[in-house]
Amino acid sequence: MFERDVTQKIKDQKKKYEEKLDKLTAKRPERQAEFATDADIKINTTYTPDDLEGMDYEQDLAFPGEYPYTRGVQPNMYRGRHWTMRQYAGFGTAEETNKRFRYLLEQGQTGLSVAFDLPTQIGYDSDHSLSKGEVGKVGVAIDSLLDMETLFDQIPLDKVSTSMTINSPAAVLLAMYIAVAEKQGVTQEQLKGTIQNDIIKEYMARGTYIFPPEPSMRLITDIFAYCAENIPGWNTISISGYHIREAGSTAVQEVAFTLADGIAYVQAAIDAGLDVDEFAPRLSFFFNAHLNFFEETAKFRAARRLWARIMKERFGAKNPKSLMLRFHTQTAGCTLTAQQPDVNIMRVAFQALSAVLGGTQSLHTNSRDEAMALPSDSSVLIALRTQQVIGYEIGVADTVDPLGGSYFIENLTNEIEQQAAEYIAKIDDLGGAPKAIDFMQKEIQNSAYRYQKDIESGKKTVIGVNKFIMHTERPKDLLKVDPEVGRRQEEKLARLHAERDNAKVQQALADIEKAAVSGENLMPYIIEAVKVYTTLGEICGVLRNVFGEYQQQIVF
Amino acid sequence: MSGKPIRVLVAKPGLDGHDRGAKVIAQSLRDAGMEVIYTGLRQTPEQIVGAALQEDVDVVALSCLSGAHLHLFPAVAEGLRKQNAEDILVLGGGIIPDEDIPALKEAGIVEIFTPGTNTVTVADFIKEKIGRS
Repeated sequence: MFERDVTQKIKDQKKKYEEKLDKLTAKRPERQAEFATDADIKINTTYTPDDLEGMDYEQDLAFPGEYPYTRGVQPNMYRGRHWTMRQYAGFGTAEETNKRFRYLLEQGQTGLSVAFDLPTQIGYDSDHSLSKGEVGKVGVAIDSLLDMETLFDQIPLDKVSTSMTINSPAAVLLAMYIAVAEKQGVTQEQLKGTIQNDIIKEYMARGTYIFPPEPSMRLITDIFAYCAENIPGWNTISISGYHIREAGSTAVQEVAFTLADGIAYVQAAIDAGLDVDEFAPRLSFFFNAHLNFFEETAKFRAARRLWARIMKERFGAKNPKSLMLRFHTQTAGCTLTAQQPDVNIMRVAFQALSAVLGGTQSLHTNSRDEAMALPSDSSVLIALRTQQVIGYEIGVADTVDPLGGSYFIENLTNEIEQQAAEYIAKIDDLGGAPKAIDFMQKEIQNSAYRYQKDIESGKKTVIGVNKFIMHTERPKDLLKVDPEVGRRQEEKLARLHAERDNAKVQQALADIEKAAVSGENLMPYIIEAVKVYTTLGEICGVLRNVFGEYQQQIVF
Repeated sequence: MSGKPIRVLVAKPGLDGHDRGAKVIAQSLRDAGMEVIYTGLRQTPEQIVGAALQEDVDVVALSCLSGAHLHLFPAVAEGLRKQNAEDILVLGGGIIPDEDIPALKEAGIVEIFTPGTNTVTVADFIKEKIGRS
């Protein structure tokens, strides 16, 4: 890229500089014997044009909005419009979460992101025995369309975009969203949003799986096909590295395993008879913004370039939109400390900045109190304001890819891309991501353990935990989920069972069962079922009977 | 302190899928010389009690980050008592608010380890309570 700068003169000067450094460090040793990123990529004292030898501006970087999209997916990025400020939220009942949503929108948030409770994510109604103690805890409890109507009460679905963190039962929640929109007079063509719908990372790192891989992949491709035809503005999947990283992976593993999952979904859809350029423009991604600032920024750039190359070279995609890796980012929950929790505000700010410098399309900033509880109103407001400071006050959104061309950033981008590509080749050898789950889990676990040991040995510093320790009182205003929420959901369900037209529900369930067996696209049948107030648990129950359940392999 | 190695069941009760902490604890206890069995995700309290008896463990270490600990942890301790296995040391970890800790201890969870705990602290605690290493 800087070919004409890589002169013999620079190489000679670098040699002299390094000799000088050796003398200096012999006299005064540096803070550490060696420096490396979190993914253990060695960091040099400084970087110069010869660290980028062989790099080609047009092929490897190009202009923003141009293949391979290293510098960003749009020509002018945040000069046109800021990233979507989207806080993941949900707890208790639909009423309480609706209130939080409207509060966030009033404070200038520009998109919604729904957190569902674990029973909802695993396809159980609130009155199921396994739901006991879990209802409304990590997200909002949704049993039927009734709850979904309340959740989006007074929120115009033709105006906001909504992201839903839902995987195994994604088809059911998408169907409910479509049905609520219809009641508001909003058509499917007008809807904008995302469902996570990424099952492989559930097996690998997040745990809310229901069905075995094969029928799960079929549900996913059913959604791809249905949305390509009916909801052009819907992101049909959010291929997620976030949870892989939270489970302990390195930045390189996060990119590699996420893109390997992406490859598996694209292949599955092609195998199901879809044309790559028909569905690939609606694929989206979700990454973590962790602590190692430059490595994170380089990671987003590397992921974008690697994905563009994979889509073009491996799958022969032609539509530029099929080649663009668009992504949401969330700051790293696992880096938040319960000790001196206000310090988390700074961690989150730097992590968020790395995501913006890396060209994210939307962003969630974590709240300072999340190592202890779900975020309080006051904490979530600081988190949102942090994004607004980055977007409106400090000028980083005024030019595209401001770190592009930095010798260090470009070198790191190259390193991450290359190491991730090596991992992907290894996963290909194992037969692709669905067959390499054990391998990836083991790799993640080893990294997580090394990270913990590095904290305990003091090699890695965590302020408040192994350095600058100070006793502080726990915050007093932590959010507490009402313990009565489970009982209230159970009562609501009992009323629903008594009041709805149960003959219609039974017919809808029989139709779903038939389509599940025959292989017909399930989406239209699920939409019909939710409209007559069939519950999530009933629909997933029928699918469980037909598809069976996933049995976790314990890798330890 | 000597004798046969301490046996530990690391368990994930409920629907929570966060198992980074459970696995890190499992691996560190193994490195500290203990025999460790990990249950995997989504175990009911009954399944955990059954596994603890079958594996003849000295310790059950429960991990929950979903907020369901007040329901799940006491159910495990109660189940062990019903099987006359109250000599098994029950520990808990995860996102546990301070104000919930007294109720959990009352229910028979001997110690609660919250985020930021050093793994060596956990191993030392177990060795001291069990009285061998």
